Amino acid sequence: MSDTAVETPNVMVMNQLPSSEIVGESPLHHADLASAAATKNEGGVHLRENALQGFLTLRLNPENKDLLASANAVLGLELPTKPLSSVTEGATTARWMSPDEWLISVPGEAAFDLETAFQEKVDGHFSLVNSSGGVTTLVVSGEHVVEMLKKSVPYDFHISEFPAGKVVSTLFAKSSAVIRRLDEQAFELIIRRSFADYIWLWIQDASREYGLVIKND
Amino acid sequence: MLHIYCPHCCEYREEEEFHAKGQAHIVRPLDPDACTDQEWGEFMYFRKNPRGIHHELWVHAAGCRKFFNVTRNTQTYEIKEVYKVGEKPTIVAE
Ligand SMILES: [Zn+2]
Repeated sequence: MSDTAVETPNVMVMNQLPSSEIVGESPLHHADLASAAATKNEGGVHLRENALQGFLTLRLNPENKDLLASANAVLGLELPTKPLSSVTEGATTARWMSPDEWLISVPGEAAFDLETAFQEKVDGHFSLVNSSGGVTTLVVSGEHVVEMLKKSVPYDFHISEFPAGKVVSTLFAKSSAVIRRLDEQAFELIIRRSFADYIWLWIQDASREYGLVIKND
Repeated sequence: MLHIYCPHCCEYREEEEFHAKGQAHIVRPLDPDACTDQEWGEFMYFRKNPRGIHHELWVHAAGCRKFFNVTRNTQTYEIKEVYKVGEKPTIVAE
């Protein structure tokens, strides 16, 4: 068949969320952070799990301006092309991961809708993968959060080197983590599902001298 | 510990975030079936082991996960230059 026409790619999109009678559980479900939150309310490091967010990994060539523009239109934001930067618009955040890759977070229920809309409306050479099940998000903050992070991450946390909005994909206690500074004393850690328990134990240990407060809101 | 400049992230990062991938600029034979055993063996297994300037392939494994080239002095560990895949080194051994 030498005369094959260019076919429209047929991408299977599956809703990863089970029906509403099945309760979603984060990889830290067993840690029962809600009970831990009730026990202590003073300390230098605060931790909150932002569980069950939706994550989409987008890859496309940003040199292709038409493709970039149609992706931006569906996402409702301008994908950041400056290395290590992020853009937030409403409940959607896009993080620069590499010159042709972004990690996009949306509220958990919105991932499937966004994925479906993207596949319908964006035409061209791209890849969009729902990776929501592979990670969880921790928000760490507090007076001593930078000290706790310095023990865990080989990166310079000085505000001049790591300002709010910057995204650094690096290692946290030798496990991969995408770290975004939210403000001077608050950071978002996107960590692998399979390392979530290990990192939870590590943070408890690294925060012991400052006091760890679990937030649940 | 090496401090390596990633040409894609455009900043220095700790060596811990990278993996070394061996000698750079190894060209796969265009027609492997036409290779002699010696040509194929040299492509597969034979590598330089210089004392001094060496061109290496590295990957920013924990960061952007892009490959790039590093020119390094194997004796002093000094990194002379970092350049993207497809680019040519400006510093070579004389
Ligand atoms: Zn990099």
